[in-house]
Amino acid sequence: MNQLIRHRFWMSRTGLAILLGLVALGTCGVTALLINIFQKKVEQRALYVRLVDVTDNDTDPAKWGRNWPSQYDAYLRTAFPTHTRYGGHSGSEALPEEKIERDPWLKRMFLGYAFSLDYRDRRGHAYMMVDQEHTERLKKPQSGSCLHCHASIMPLYRELGNGDAMRGFEESFKFSYQDLDKKLHDTGHAHPVSCVDCHDAQTMALRVTRPGFIRGVRALAESDGEVPAFSSIALWRSGKRDQPYDPNKDATHNELRSFVCGQCHVEYYCSTKMPLTFPWGKGLKADEIESYWNETKFPNGEPFSDYTHAETGAHVLKAQHPEFELWSQGVHARSGVSCADCHMPYMREGASKVSDHWVRSPLLNINRACQTCHHFSEDELKSRVELIQDRNHALLERGGSAIVDLIDALKQAQSTGATEEQLSPARDLQRKAQWRLDFIAAENSMGFHAPQEAARLLAEAIDYARQGQLSLFHQPDPQQPSASP
Amino acid sequence: MDCCYTIAFMRQSNFEKSPSLRPGTGPYRTRRALVIALCCGIGAGLGIGGYTFRYANGLSYFSTDPAACANCHIMRSEFDAWQKSSHHAVATCIDCHLPHSLVPKYMAKAENGYRHSKAFTEGNFEEPIFVRPAGRTILQDNCVYCHQALTESIAMNSPHTGEQPCLHCHSTVGHGDAARLGGPLRKDEIVGVSSR
Repeated sequence: MNQLIRHRFWMSRTGLAILLGLVALGTCGVTALLINIFQKKVEQRALYVRLVDVTDNDTDPAKWGRNWPSQYDAYLRTAFPTHTRYGGHSGSEALPEEKIERDPWLKRMFLGYAFSLDYRDRRGHAYMMVDQEHTERLKKPQSGSCLHCHASIMPLYRELGNGDAMRGFEESFKFSYQDLDKKLHDTGHAHPVSCVDCHDAQTMALRVTRPGFIRGVRALAESDGEVPAFSSIALWRSGKRDQPYDPNKDATHNELRSFVCGQCHVEYYCSTKMPLTFPWGKGLKADEIESYWNETKFPNGEPFSDYTHAETGAHVLKAQHPEFELWSQGVHARSGVSCADCHMPYMREGASKVSDHWVRSPLLNINRACQTCHHFSEDELKSRVELIQDRNHALLERGGSAIVDLIDALKQAQSTGATEEQLSPARDLQRKAQWRLDFIAAENSMGFHAPQEAARLLAEAIDYARQGQLSLFHQPDPQQPSASP
Repeated sequence: MDCCYTIAFMRQSNFEKSPSLRPGTGPYRTRRALVIALCCGIGAGLGIGGYTFRYANGLSYFSTDPAACANCHIMRSEFDAWQKSSHHAVATCIDCHLPHSLVPKYMAKAENGYRHSKAFTEGNFEEPIFVRPAGRTILQDNCVYCHQALTESIAMNSPHTGEQPCLHCHSTVGHGDAARLGGPLRKDEIVGVSSR
C-alpha cells in the first residue's frame, strides 16, 4: 500500500511541484557546470593583449603592467616581507636588522670599508633603490657605478653616451652616487630593476642589457675557465671567434634565464677608481676571480684591492654577492637548472604557464621551485636544504673566529714592533682567507648554490687564517736580537 | 509487486473517480500545467546537459586517446613530457595508469574521472599533482604486465621483493625528468606574509 501512496503523492500537485523544483535545480547545476567549463576554455585561449606600446625607454613597470598584469602583480609582491632560516629577517620591515651587529666578526673584517658602517639584512627587489639611497655607507664617497644594478639605468647610460650605452656606462663611475641618482630622478627613470632590464620591448624575449655583464661574459668566453653550465660559450670557443661572444645572440634561452640575473647577482668592482668591472677574465671560480684581481692594476698603476684593513694594514678584497658564480659551480647549474627555474618558477595561472615574477627564496615556494623535479614532500625537501645550510653556517662561524684571531695576532705583532717583512706574509694570508670567507658570507644562499664548493672555500679560508696566525708566532721576537748573528 | 501496484493504480484510475480530478476543474488544470512544465524542464535539462557533454568533449573520455587526459589543462605538462619520453612509442596514458582487465579498468576510470573533474571544477587541489597510492599500485602492476619476462627473475632474487617499486629508480620513463608545474598562488601567499 505504501507504494501506492507514494505514487499518488508524486502525481499530486505538491509532488509535481517538488519534481519540477528538482528538475529546475538540476538544470541550474548543469548550466553552472557549462559556464565553468566555458570559463576554463576561455582561460586556455588568453595570451596577452598589448594595450599600450612600450619601448626601450619605458622604465616604469606600471606601464608594462597594463599589458602583462599577472607578471606585474607578482613583481609588486617583491615588496612583501619574507624570510627563511638564514635569509631576509624577521624584524621590522622598515628597518631590517644589522648583520654586522649580529655577527661582529663581519664588522671586524670590514673595518676600513663602508660595510663596517651599515650592512643589514636584505629586503625584496622593490626596495633596491630606496635602500641604497638611505644606507649609512653613503657617508663615505660612493661612485655612480652602484646604480648599474640598483636602478633601471639604461636610458640614462644612452643619454650620457649620446646614444651609445657602453660609452655612457664608462662615464658613469666618474659621477658621485648622489649626482647620478639625482639625474635618474630628474629624467624620470628612478625605478628599481624593471621589465625593460630583462625583456625586449618589442618581442618580450629575454635579453641582457647591463654593460658590465656583457663585457664580463665576453671576457669569460675568451678565457680558458671551465663553463660546464654554459654550452653556448663552449660552442663559441670551438667556432671561428671572429665576432666577440654576444649573450643576446649566442646564448640559449635557458642560459638567458640565468644571465639576466647574472647581470647583478655577481662579484664586481664598483667604486670610484675605474669603471665597474666583472672579474671573469680567468673563469668563474673564486680562485680564478682572485687571481684576476691579483693581476689587475688601477689606472694609476696601484695594484688592485678593495680596501686597506684599518687594524692590520692588509690590502684586502671585498666579495660582493657572487650568487651567479657560486651557482655555476654547483650540480644544479650543471644539470641545466637556471636561476629562474627556482627563483621565478613556472606556475599555472588558469590555463597559462607563467613565470612567477615574485622573485624570492625557493624555500618559500617549494612546491613550484623544487617539487617539479624532486618527488618528495615539502617538509623533506626543506629539511634537506636546511641541513646543507646549517653545515655551511657552522663552517662559516669557524671561519669568522679564525679571521678574528688572525686580525688579533696581526694587531699584536704590530704593537710589539714587528717589521714589514715579518707582517707581510700574514697580511697576504689575511687577504686570501678573507676573500674566501667573504665569498661565501656575502653570497646569498648560505652555501646551497654549490655546497661542496662552499665548504672547500671555507676550509681554505680557515686554513689560510690559521697559517697567517702561525706565521706570526714563528717570527723571531724583534725586541730581542737573535742569538746567532 | 511494484509494477502490480502501478498497474492497479492506473486501472483504478483516480483520474476518473476522484471528483477533484475531473477534466476542466481547477485542480486538474493546475496539475496539467505542472506536468507540462515538468516535461519542459526535463527537456531543457536534457538539452543543456547534452550540449554540456558535447562541449566538454565528454565522448573523448570513452576513448583511449592520450589527448583526452589533457582536455583540462592540469595535465598538459605531463602530456607534453610523455611525448618526449622513452615510453611514448609503446604506451599511452591508460596503458600505465589504468588496470588492464575490464572491470577494474572501468572502476578505476570512473573513480579517477569523478575525483579529477570534481577537483578541477572546484579548484581546491595541491599542485604540482602527485600520483596517489592507489595509482602507484596500478603503475607497478602495469610495469610488470609488460616487462614480466624480464623482471620475473629479478623479483624472485631481489632482497626487497614487492617493497621497491620499479618507478623508484626508473622514475623518468613515462614523463622524463621534470614534467610538473606548480599551481597558482596559495592563500597564505596572497596575504603576503609568507615566511617559513
